[in-house]
Amino acid sequence: MIELDRAGRSFKVKRSVVHAVRDLSFTVSAGEFVGYLGPNGAGKSTTIKMLCGILTPTAGKVRVAGLDPSRRRTTLARHIGVVFGQRTTLWWDLPLVDSFELIRHLYKVDRATFRSRLDELTGTLDLAGFLRTPVRQLSLGQRMRGDLAAALLHAPDVLVLDEPTIGLDVVSKASIRDFLRRVNSERGTTVLLTTHDLGDIERLCRRVMLIDHGHLAFDGTLDDLMATAPDQSSIEDVVTRLYTGTATT
Amino acid sequence: MVRTYFLLLWTWTRAAAAYPASFVLMTVLGFVTAALDVAVILVIFANTTALAGFSREEVLLLYGAAGLSFTVCDTFVSNLDRISQHIKAGTLDTVLIRPVSAWIQLAADRFNATRVGRILQAALVLGYAISALGIDWRRAWMIPVMVLTGIVIFSALWTMAGAVQFLLTDAPEVVSAFTYGSHQLNQYPLSIYARDLVRGVTYVLPLAYVNWQPGLYVLGRDDPFGTPEFMRFLGPAAALVLALLAALAWRQGIRHYRSTGS
Repeated sequence: MIELDRAGRSFKVKRSVVHAVRDLSFTVSAGEFVGYLGPNGAGKSTTIKMLCGILTPTAGKVRVAGLDPSRRRTTLARHIGVVFGQRTTLWWDLPLVDSFELIRHLYKVDRATFRSRLDELTGTLDLAGFLRTPVRQLSLGQRMRGDLAAALLHAPDVLVLDEPTIGLDVVSKASIRDFLRRVNSERGTTVLLTTHDLGDIERLCRRVMLIDHGHLAFDGTLDDLMATAPDQSSIEDVVTRLYTGTATT
Repeated sequence: MVRTYFLLLWTWTRAAAAYPASFVLMTVLGFVTAALDVAVILVIFANTTALAGFSREEVLLLYGAAGLSFTVCDTFVSNLDRISQHIKAGTLDTVLIRPVSAWIQLAADRFNATRVGRILQAALVLGYAISALGIDWRRAWMIPVMVLTGIVIFSALWTMAGAVQFLLTDAPEVVSAFTYGSHQLNQYPLSIYARDLVRGVTYVLPLAYVNWQPGLYVLGRDDPFGTPEFMRFLGPAAALVLALLAALAWRQGIRHYRSTGS
Protein backbone atom coordinates (compact mmCIF):
# COMPACT_ATOMS: atom_id res chain seq x y z
CA MET A 1 0.00 0.00 0.00
CA ILE A 2 2.85 2.35 0.87
CA GLU A 3 6.29 1.89 -0.63
CA LEU A 4 9.36 4.05 -0.19
CA ASP A 5 12.50 3.16 -2.06
CA ARG A 6 15.57 5.13 -1.01
CA ALA A 7 13.41 8.22 -0.80
CA GLY A 8 14.96 11.50 0.23
CA ARG A 9 14.00 15.09 0.61
CA SER A 10 16.52 17.85 1.09
CA PHE A 11 16.03 21.56 1.57
CA LYS A 12 18.40 24.35 0.69
CA VAL A 13 18.73 26.59 3.69
CA LYS A 14 21.02 29.58 3.31
CA ARG A 15 23.50 27.91 0.96
CA SER A 16 23.73 24.68 2.93
CA VAL A 17 21.65 21.61 2.24
CA VAL A 18 19.57 19.97 4.95
CA HIS A 19 18.49 16.40 4.41
CA ALA A 20 15.16 16.11 6.20
CA VAL A 21 14.77 12.56 4.95
CA ARG A 22 17.57 10.53 3.48
CA ASP A 23 17.69 7.12 1.89
CA LEU A 24 14.45 6.01 3.48
CA SER A 25 13.02 2.65 2.43
CA PHE A 26 10.05 0.80 3.89
CA THR A 27 6.89 -0.95 2.84
CA VAL A 28 3.52 -0.93 4.55
CA SER A 29 1.05 -3.59 3.43
CA ALA A 30 -2.71 -3.18 3.21
CA GLY A 31 -4.45 -3.43 6.57
CA GLU A 32 -1.42 -2.68 8.73
CA PHE A 33 -1.49 -0.26 11.65
CA VAL A 34 1.90 1.38 11.85
CA GLY A 35 3.24 3.84 14.39
CA TYR A 36 5.80 6.24 13.04
CA LEU A 37 8.01 7.63 15.76
CA GLY A 38 10.87 10.04 15.89
CA PRO A 39 12.15 13.03 17.82
CA ASN A 40 11.20 16.54 16.70
CA GLY A 41 12.81 17.36 13.38
CA ALA A 42 13.58 13.73 12.57
CA GLY A 43 11.66 13.81 9.30
CA LYS A 44 8.26 12.41 10.27
CA SER A 45 6.18 15.21 8.84
CA THR A 46 8.38 15.39 5.76
CA THR A 47 7.74 11.68 5.15
CA ILE A 48 4.00 12.14 5.59
CA LYS A 49 3.97 15.09 3.24
CA MET A 50 5.78 13.05 0.61
CA LEU A 51 3.17 10.31 1.02
CA CYS A 52 0.35 12.79 0.34
CA GLY A 53 2.14 14.43 -2.59
CA ILE A 54 2.50 17.76 -0.79
CA LEU A 55 6.28 17.55 -1.02
CA THR A 56 8.11 16.23 -4.06
CA PRO A 57 10.94 13.86 -3.06
CA THR A 58 14.38 15.01 -4.17
CA ALA A 59 15.64 11.45 -4.37
CA GLY A 60 14.31 7.92 -4.64
CA LYS A 61 10.81 6.65 -5.24
CA VAL A 62 7.54 6.91 -3.33
CA ARG A 63 4.41 4.89 -4.15
CA VAL A 64 1.09 5.05 -2.35
CA ALA A 65 -1.84 2.93 -3.52
CA GLY A 66 0.22 2.26 -6.64
CA LEU A 67 0.55 5.97 -7.51
CA ASP A 68 3.43 8.43 -7.48
CA PRO A 69 2.05 10.98 -5.00
CA SER A 70 3.74 14.12 -6.29
CA ARG A 71 2.74 13.46 -9.89
CA ARG A 72 -0.74 12.07 -9.28
CA ARG A 73 -1.62 14.09 -6.22
CA THR A 74 -5.28 14.79 -6.95
CA THR A 75 -5.95 11.19 -8.05
CA LEU A 76 -4.26 9.84 -4.96
CA ALA A 77 -6.34 12.17 -2.78
CA ARG A 78 -9.36 9.95 -3.41
CA HIS A 79 -7.54 6.94 -1.94
CA ILE A 80 -5.95 8.58 1.03
CA GLY A 81 -7.29 10.33 4.10
CA VAL A 82 -5.08 12.80 5.92
CA VAL A 83 -5.42 14.34 9.36
CA PHE A 84 -3.07 17.01 10.65
CA GLY A 85 -3.36 17.28 14.41
CA GLN A 86 -1.95 20.80 14.34
CA ARG A 87 -4.29 22.29 11.80
CA THR A 88 -7.78 21.61 10.69
CA THR A 89 -8.88 20.80 7.16
CA LEU A 90 -12.40 21.98 7.96
CA TRP A 91 -13.95 25.31 6.96
CA TRP A 92 -13.50 27.53 9.99
CA ASP A 93 -16.64 29.68 9.80
CA LEU A 94 -19.10 27.06 8.62
CA PRO A 95 -21.09 24.51 10.60
CA LEU A 96 -19.30 21.17 10.74
CA VAL A 97 -21.92 19.45 8.60
CA ASP A 98 -21.38 22.02 5.81
CA SER A 99 -17.71 21.07 5.61
CA PHE A 100 -18.79 17.44 5.27
CA GLU A 101 -21.26 18.35 2.55
CA LEU A 102 -18.55 20.24 0.66
CA ILE A 103 -16.16 17.31 1.04
CA ARG A 104 -18.86 15.08 -0.40
CA HIS A 105 -18.79 17.23 -3.55
CA LEU A 106 -15.02 17.54 -3.72
CA TYR A 107 -14.58 13.76 -3.48
CA LYS A 108 -17.66 13.03 -5.62
CA VAL A 109 -19.28 10.73 -3.07
CA ASP A 110 -22.87 9.97 -4.05
CA ARG A 111 -25.59 11.18 -1.73
CA ALA A 112 -26.83 7.82 -0.43
CA THR A 113 -23.34 6.51 0.35
CA PHE A 114 -22.49 9.81 1.99
CA ARG A 115 -25.60 9.68 4.18
CA SER A 116 -24.90 6.20 5.45
CA ARG A 117 -21.22 6.93 6.08
CA LEU A 118 -22.00 10.17 7.85
CA ASP A 119 -24.60 8.47 10.03
CA GLU A 120 -22.10 5.79 10.93
CA LEU A 121 -19.33 8.30 11.68
CA THR A 122 -21.72 10.51 13.65
CA GLY A 123 -22.50 7.49 15.80
CA THR A 124 -18.99 6.19 16.35
CA LEU A 125 -17.41 9.62 16.84
CA ASP A 126 -20.37 11.02 18.75
CA LEU A 127 -20.72 14.09 16.52
CA ALA A 128 -24.48 14.57 16.81
CA GLY A 129 -24.23 17.26 19.48
CA PHE A 130 -22.21 19.70 17.40
CA LEU A 131 -22.86 18.92 13.72
CA ARG A 132 -24.51 22.32 13.30
CA THR A 133 -21.91 24.29 15.27
CA PRO A 134 -19.41 26.44 13.33
CA VAL A 135 -15.99 24.80 13.44
CA ARG A 136 -14.35 27.80 15.11
CA GLN A 137 -16.60 27.27 18.16
CA LEU A 138 -15.69 23.60 18.64
CA SER A 139 -13.40 22.39 21.39
CA LEU A 140 -10.13 20.81 20.26
CA GLY A 141 -11.46 17.32 21.00
CA GLN A 142 -14.64 17.93 19.02
CA ARG A 143 -12.71 19.47 16.15
CA MET A 144 -10.36 16.52 15.98
CA ARG A 145 -13.29 14.12 15.80
CA GLY A 146 -14.72 16.31 13.04
CA ASP A 147 -11.41 16.20 11.20
CA LEU A 148 -11.28 12.41 11.49
CA ALA A 149 -14.77 12.09 10.09
CA ALA A 150 -13.85 14.47 7.25
CA ALA A 151 -10.83 12.32 6.38
CA LEU A 152 -12.93 9.15 6.21
CA LEU A 153 -16.04 10.30 4.35
CA HIS A 154 -14.60 9.11 1.06
CA ALA A 155 -13.65 5.74 2.58
CA PRO A 156 -9.91 5.95 1.79
CA ASP A 157 -7.71 2.83 1.61
CA VAL A 158 -4.99 4.59 3.60
CA LEU A 159 -5.35 6.88 6.57
CA VAL A 160 -2.38 9.04 7.44
CA LEU A 161 -2.42 10.80 10.78
CA ASP A 162 0.08 13.42 11.85
CA GLU A 163 -0.14 13.73 15.65
CA PRO A 164 -3.91 13.22 15.90
CA THR A 165 -3.97 13.19 19.71
CA ILE A 166 -1.86 16.29 20.29
CA GLY A 167 -3.30 18.51 23.00
CA LEU A 168 -6.24 16.24 23.81
CA ASP A 169 -7.39 15.23 27.27
CA VAL A 170 -7.32 11.58 28.36
CA VAL A 171 -10.99 10.98 27.59
CA SER A 172 -10.77 12.44 24.07
CA LYS A 173 -7.57 10.51 23.45
CA ALA A 174 -9.23 7.28 24.50
CA SER A 175 -12.22 7.82 22.21
CA ILE A 176 -9.99 8.66 19.25
CA ARG A 177 -7.81 5.60 19.82
CA ASP A 178 -10.87 3.43 20.12
CA PHE A 179 -12.19 4.83 16.87
CA LEU A 180 -8.91 4.34 15.00
CA ARG A 181 -8.69 0.75 16.14
CA ARG A 182 -12.17 0.10 14.79
CA VAL A 183 -11.46 1.79 11.46
CA ASN A 184 -8.43 -0.44 11.03
CA SER A 185 -10.01 -3.70 12.13
CA GLU A 186 -13.51 -3.31 10.71
CA ARG A 187 -12.83 -1.54 7.43
CA GLY A 188 -9.30 -2.85 6.94
CA THR A 189 -8.03 0.69 6.38
CA THR A 190 -4.24 0.92 6.42
CA VAL A 191 -3.21 3.40 9.09
CA LEU A 192 0.07 5.25 9.47
CA LEU A 193 0.26 7.38 12.58
CA THR A 194 2.89 9.77 13.87
CA THR A 195 2.75 10.75 17.48
CA HIS A 196 4.76 11.82 20.48
CA ASP A 197 2.29 10.10 22.77
CA LEU A 198 3.67 6.64 23.42
CA GLY A 199 0.29 5.61 24.80
CA ASP A 200 -0.99 5.80 21.21
CA ILE A 201 1.76 3.44 20.14
CA GLU A 202 1.27 0.96 23.00
CA ARG A 203 -2.47 0.75 22.55
CA LEU A 204 -2.74 0.85 18.77
CA CYS A 205 0.28 -0.12 16.77
CA ARG A 206 1.30 -3.64 15.96
CA ARG A 207 4.28 -2.33 14.06
CA VAL A 208 6.55 0.56 14.95
CA MET A 209 8.96 2.45 12.74
CA LEU A 210 11.37 4.89 14.27
CA ILE A 211 13.06 7.59 12.24
CA ASP A 212 16.01 9.65 13.35
CA HIS A 213 18.03 12.18 11.36
CA GLY A 214 16.07 11.17 8.29
CA HIS A 215 17.04 7.49 8.60
CA LEU A 216 14.99 4.52 9.66
CA ALA A 217 16.48 3.61 13.05
CA PHE A 218 14.05 0.84 13.93
CA ASP A 219 11.35 -1.15 12.15
CA GLY A 220 9.57 -4.04 13.83
CA THR A 221 6.74 -5.13 16.08
CA LEU A 222 6.01 -3.45 19.37
CA ASP A 223 7.48 -6.50 21.14
CA ASP A 224 10.68 -6.21 19.10
CA LEU A 225 10.86 -2.59 20.10
CA MET A 226 10.52 -3.41 23.79
CA ALA A 227 13.18 -6.10 23.42
CA THR A 228 15.82 -3.55 22.41
CA ALA A 229 16.07 -2.50 26.05
CA PRO A 230 16.58 -4.46 29.31
CA ASP A 231 13.50 -6.14 30.77
CA GLN A 232 11.08 -4.08 32.82
CA SER A 233 11.89 -0.91 30.86
CA SER A 234 8.87 1.25 30.17
CA ILE A 235 8.13 2.22 26.59
CA GLU A 236 9.32 5.72 27.47
CA ASP A 237 12.72 4.32 28.48
CA VAL A 238 12.93 2.20 25.34
CA VAL A 239 12.18 5.10 23.05
CA THR A 240 14.44 7.50 24.94
CA ARG A 241 17.30 5.02 24.48
CA LEU A 242 16.64 4.87 20.76
CA TYR A 243 16.27 8.67 20.38
CA THR A 244 19.46 9.41 22.27
CA GLY A 245 21.38 6.63 20.59
CA THR A 246 22.38 4.88 23.82
CA ALA A 247 20.79 1.66 22.61
CA THR A 248 23.20 1.02 19.78
CA THR A 249 25.19 -2.07 20.69
CA MET B 1 -14.30 21.50 -12.39
CA VAL B 2 -16.46 24.58 -12.99
CA ARG B 3 -19.14 23.21 -10.68
CA THR B 4 -16.59 22.61 -7.95
CA TYR B 5 -15.32 26.14 -8.37
CA PHE B 6 -18.76 27.69 -7.98
CA LEU B 7 -19.50 25.44 -5.06
CA LEU B 8 -16.37 26.77 -3.37
CA LEU B 9 -17.41 30.34 -4.15
CA TRP B 10 -20.75 29.69 -2.54
CA THR B 11 -19.08 28.15 0.49
CA TRP B 12 -16.79 31.15 0.99
CA THR B 13 -19.67 33.55 0.51
CA ARG B 14 -21.59 31.85 3.28
CA ALA B 15 -18.48 31.89 5.43
CA ALA B 16 -18.13 35.65 4.82
CA ALA B 17 -21.78 36.13 5.70
CA ALA B 18 -20.89 34.87 9.17
CA TYR B 19 -19.60 38.42 9.68
CA PRO B 20 -22.53 40.47 8.31
CA ALA B 21 -21.38 43.97 9.30
CA SER B 22 -18.07 43.59 7.49
CA PHE B 23 -19.88 42.10 4.49
CA VAL B 24 -22.18 45.14 4.10
CA LEU B 25 -19.36 47.62 4.65
CA MET B 26 -17.17 45.97 2.03
CA THR B 27 -19.97 46.03 -0.54
CA VAL B 28 -20.54 49.75 -0.05
CA LEU B 29 -16.81 50.50 -0.16
CA GLY B 30 -16.44 48.44 -3.34
CA PHE B 31 -18.99 50.63 -5.11
CA VAL B 32 -17.49 53.87 -3.82
CA THR B 33 -13.93 53.08 -4.95
CA ALA B 34 -15.16 51.95 -8.38
CA ALA B 35 -17.17 55.15 -8.83
CA LEU B 36 -14.13 57.24 -7.89
CA ASP B 37 -12.15 55.58 -10.69
CA VAL B 38 -14.65 56.78 -13.29
CA ALA B 39 -14.83 60.17 -11.65
CA VAL B 40 -11.12 60.62 -12.29
CA ILE B 41 -11.63 60.14 -16.02
CA LEU B 42 -14.59 62.53 -16.05
CA VAL B 43 -12.54 65.13 -14.16
CA ILE B 44 -9.78 64.87 -16.76
CA PHE B 45 -12.27 65.46 -19.57
CA ALA B 46 -13.90 68.33 -17.75
CA ASN B 47 -10.60 70.12 -18.35
CA THR B 48 -9.76 68.85 -21.81
CA THR B 49 -11.67 67.46 -24.80
CA ALA B 50 -9.14 64.90 -25.89
CA LEU B 51 -6.53 62.71 -24.23
CA ALA B 52 -3.59 61.88 -26.49
CA GLY B 53 -5.92 62.25 -29.46
CA PHE B 54 -8.72 60.16 -28.01
CA SER B 55 -12.18 61.51 -27.19
CA ARG B 56 -13.90 61.00 -23.87
CA GLU B 57 -16.06 58.13 -25.17
CA GLU B 58 -13.10 56.44 -26.81
CA VAL B 59 -11.14 56.55 -23.56
CA LEU B 60 -14.16 55.19 -21.71
CA LEU B 61 -14.34 52.31 -24.20
CA LEU B 62 -10.71 51.39 -23.53
CA TYR B 63 -11.22 51.89 -19.81
CA GLY B 64 -14.42 49.85 -19.73
CA ALA B 65 -13.01 46.94 -21.73
CA ALA B 66 -9.87 46.61 -19.61
CA GLY B 67 -11.89 47.31 -16.49
CA LEU B 68 -14.33 44.52 -17.25
CA SER B 69 -11.55 41.98 -17.83
CA PHE B 70 -9.71 43.14 -14.77
CA THR B 71 -12.62 43.20 -12.33
CA VAL B 72 -13.75 39.75 -13.45
CA CYS B 73 -10.27 38.42 -12.65
CA ASP B 74 -9.95 40.49 -9.51
CA THR B 75 -13.16 38.91 -8.28
CA PHE B 76 -12.72 35.33 -9.43
CA VAL B 77 -8.97 34.69 -9.70
CA SER B 78 -7.05 37.30 -7.70
CA ASN B 79 -7.19 35.32 -4.48
CA LEU B 80 -4.25 33.40 -5.94
CA ASP B 81 -2.00 36.25 -4.85
CA ARG B 82 -2.68 35.40 -1.22
CA ILE B 83 -0.83 32.13 -1.62
CA SER B 84 2.20 33.31 0.36
CA GLN B 85 -0.04 33.66 3.42
CA HIS B 86 -1.03 30.02 3.01
CA ILE B 87 2.58 29.01 2.54
CA LYS B 88 3.66 30.81 5.69
CA ALA B 89 0.75 29.57 7.79
CA GLY B 90 1.15 26.02 6.48
CA THR B 91 -2.48 25.95 5.36
CA LEU B 92 -1.47 25.17 1.80
CA ASP B 93 -0.96 21.58 2.99
CA THR B 94 -4.68 21.23 3.56
CA VAL B 95 -5.38 22.51 0.04
CA LEU B 96 -2.99 19.98 -1.46
CA ILE B 97 -4.62 16.93 0.12
CA ARG B 98 -7.90 17.51 -1.74
CA PRO B 99 -8.73 15.77 -5.02
CA VAL B 100 -9.28 19.13 -6.71
CA SER B 101 -6.68 21.27 -8.44
CA ALA B 102 -4.94 23.63 -6.04
CA TRP B 103 -5.43 26.44 -8.58
CA ILE B 104 -9.22 26.09 -8.44
CA GLN B 105 -9.24 25.95 -4.66
CA LEU B 106 -6.94 28.93 -4.23
CA ALA B 107 -8.66 31.06 -6.86
CA ALA B 108 -11.88 30.57 -4.93
CA ASP B 109 -10.19 30.98 -1.57
CA ARG B 110 -12.02 33.49 0.62
CA PHE B 111 -14.02 34.61 -2.39
CA ASN B 112 -15.34 38.08 -1.79
CA ALA B 113 -18.79 38.54 -3.32
CA THR B 114 -18.64 42.26 -2.59
CA ARG B 115 -16.31 42.75 -5.55
CA VAL B 116 -19.06 41.80 -7.98
CA GLY B 117 -20.33 45.40 -7.88
CA ARG B 118 -17.17 46.58 -9.59
CA ILE B 119 -17.72 44.21 -12.52
CA LEU B 120 -21.13 45.80 -12.96
CA GLN B 121 -19.61 49.27 -12.86
CA ALA B 122 -17.03 48.41 -15.55
CA ALA B 123 -19.73 46.81 -17.70
CA LEU B 124 -21.85 49.96 -17.44
CA VAL B 125 -18.95 52.16 -18.55
CA LEU B 126 -18.24 49.86 -21.49
CA GLY B 127 -21.93 49.73 -22.43
CA TYR B 128 -22.20 53.50 -22.30
CA ALA B 129 -19.09 53.96 -24.47
CA ILE B 130 -20.32 51.46 -27.06
CA SER B 131 -23.71 53.13 -27.45
CA ALA B 132 -22.31 56.68 -27.35
CA LEU B 133 -19.73 55.90 -30.04
CA GLY B 134 -22.19 54.09 -32.30
CA ILE B 135 -19.64 51.34 -33.02
CA ASP B 136 -19.88 49.79 -36.48
CA TRP B 137 -21.35 46.30 -35.96
CA ARG B 138 -18.80 44.86 -38.39
CA ARG B 139 -16.11 45.82 -35.92
CA ALA B 140 -18.11 45.23 -32.73
CA TRP B 141 -17.37 41.46 -32.74
CA MET B 142 -13.94 42.33 -31.50
CA ILE B 143 -15.35 43.68 -28.20
CA PRO B 144 -16.19 40.29 -26.60
CA VAL B 145 -12.96 38.85 -28.02
CA MET B 146 -11.08 41.75 -26.43
CA VAL B 147 -12.71 41.26 -23.03
CA LEU B 148 -12.06 37.50 -23.09
CA THR B 149 -8.46 38.04 -24.16
CA GLY B 150 -8.07 40.46 -21.27
CA ILE B 151 -9.52 37.94 -18.82
CA VAL B 152 -7.04 35.30 -19.97
CA ILE B 153 -4.11 37.73 -19.79
CA PHE B 154 -4.96 38.99 -16.30
CA SER B 155 -5.66 35.44 -15.06
CA ALA B 156 -2.29 34.35 -16.39
CA LEU B 157 -0.62 37.28 -14.64
CA TRP B 158 -2.25 36.37 -11.35
CA THR B 159 -1.30 32.73 -11.80
CA MET B 160 2.30 33.78 -12.34
CA ALA B 161 2.06 36.12 -9.37
CA GLY B 162 0.94 33.13 -7.31
CA ALA B 163 3.63 30.84 -8.71
CA VAL B 164 6.39 33.35 -7.96
CA GLN B 165 5.36 33.41 -4.32
CA PHE B 166 6.61 29.85 -3.89
CA LEU B 167 10.05 31.43 -4.28
CA LEU B 168 9.40 34.86 -2.81
CA THR B 169 7.32 34.05 0.24
CA ASP B 170 8.59 37.17 1.96
CA ALA B 171 7.54 39.72 -0.61
CA PRO B 172 4.02 39.06 -1.86
CA GLU B 173 3.54 42.80 -2.57
CA VAL B 174 6.17 42.72 -5.30
CA VAL B 175 3.84 40.80 -7.57
CA SER B 176 1.00 43.28 -7.11
CA ALA B 177 3.02 45.68 -9.22
CA PHE B 178 2.37 43.37 -12.16
CA THR B 179 -1.31 42.61 -11.53
CA TYR B 180 -2.74 45.86 -10.20
CA GLY B 181 -0.01 47.85 -11.94
CA SER B 182 -0.98 46.36 -15.30
CA HIS B 183 -4.53 47.43 -14.76
CA GLN B 184 -3.51 50.98 -13.91
CA LEU B 185 -1.53 51.09 -17.13
CA ASN B 186 -4.47 49.89 -19.21
CA GLN B 187 -6.93 52.45 -17.91
CA TYR B 188 -5.75 55.07 -20.41
CA PRO B 189 -4.83 54.99 -24.11
CA LEU B 190 -1.28 53.69 -24.35
CA SER B 191 -0.43 56.68 -26.56
CA ILE B 192 -0.05 58.79 -23.40
CA TYR B 193 2.99 56.69 -22.45
CA ALA B 194 6.58 56.69 -23.69
CA ARG B 195 7.33 54.67 -26.82
CA ASP B 196 9.71 52.28 -25.04
CA LEU B 197 7.16 51.38 -22.38
CA VAL B 198 4.58 50.65 -25.07
CA ARG B 199 7.12 48.49 -26.92
CA GLY B 200 7.65 46.56 -23.70
CA VAL B 201 3.95 45.86 -23.19
CA THR B 202 3.53 44.94 -26.84
CA TYR B 203 6.44 42.58 -27.37
CA VAL B 204 7.42 41.36 -23.89
CA LEU B 205 4.54 41.44 -21.42
CA PRO B 206 1.52 41.44 -23.74
CA LEU B 207 -0.58 44.03 -21.93
CA ALA B 208 -1.18 46.00 -25.11
CA TYR B 209 -3.53 43.21 -26.22
CA VAL B 210 -5.85 43.60 -23.24
CA ASN B 211 -7.56 46.64 -24.75
CA TRP B 212 -5.17 48.80 -26.78
CA GLN B 213 -4.54 46.83 -29.97
CA PRO B 214 -8.05 45.30 -30.27
CA GLY B 215 -9.52 48.62 -29.08
CA LEU B 216 -7.85 50.44 -31.98
CA TYR B 217 -9.55 48.01 -34.33
CA VAL B 218 -12.95 48.53 -32.71
CA LEU B 219 -12.49 52.30 -32.98
CA GLY B 220 -11.23 51.98 -36.57
CA ARG B 221 -8.07 53.94 -35.82
CA ASP B 222 -4.44 53.65 -36.77
CA ASP B 223 -1.89 53.08 -34.06
CA PRO B 224 -0.17 56.39 -33.17
CA PHE B 225 2.98 54.29 -32.76
CA GLY B 226 2.57 52.93 -36.28
CA THR B 227 2.29 49.17 -35.62
CA PRO B 228 0.89 47.26 -38.61
CA GLU B 229 -2.81 46.44 -38.89
CA PHE B 230 -2.43 42.66 -38.34
CA MET B 231 -1.27 43.22 -34.77
CA ARG B 232 -4.83 44.21 -33.82
CA PHE B 233 -5.72 40.51 -34.10
CA LEU B 234 -2.80 38.98 -32.19
CA GLY B 235 -4.51 39.27 -28.78
CA PRO B 236 -5.85 35.70 -28.47
CA ALA B 237 -2.52 34.21 -29.56
CA ALA B 238 -0.57 36.38 -27.12
CA ALA B 239 -3.01 35.48 -24.33
CA LEU B 240 -2.64 31.78 -25.10
CA VAL B 241 1.15 31.91 -24.97
CA LEU B 242 1.05 33.81 -21.68
CA ALA B 243 -1.47 31.31 -20.25
CA LEU B 244 0.79 28.39 -21.19
CA LEU B 245 3.77 30.05 -19.54
CA ALA B 246 1.65 30.72 -16.46
CA ALA B 247 0.51 27.09 -16.28
CA LEU B 248 4.11 25.96 -16.51
CA ALA B 249 5.20 28.39 -13.79
CA TRP B 250 2.34 27.25 -11.56
CA ARG B 251 3.30 23.60 -11.94
CA GLN B 252 6.90 24.36 -11.11
CA GLY B 253 5.80 26.41 -8.10
CA ILE B 254 3.73 23.56 -6.67
CA ARG B 255 6.52 21.06 -7.23
CA HIS B 256 8.95 23.31 -5.40
CA TYR B 257 6.67 23.87 -2.47
CA ARG B 258 8.61 23.35 0.76
CA SER B 259 5.81 23.28 3.31
CA THR B 260 6.48 24.29 6.91
CA GLY B 261 7.80 22.35 9.86
CA SER B 262 5.20 20.88 12.17
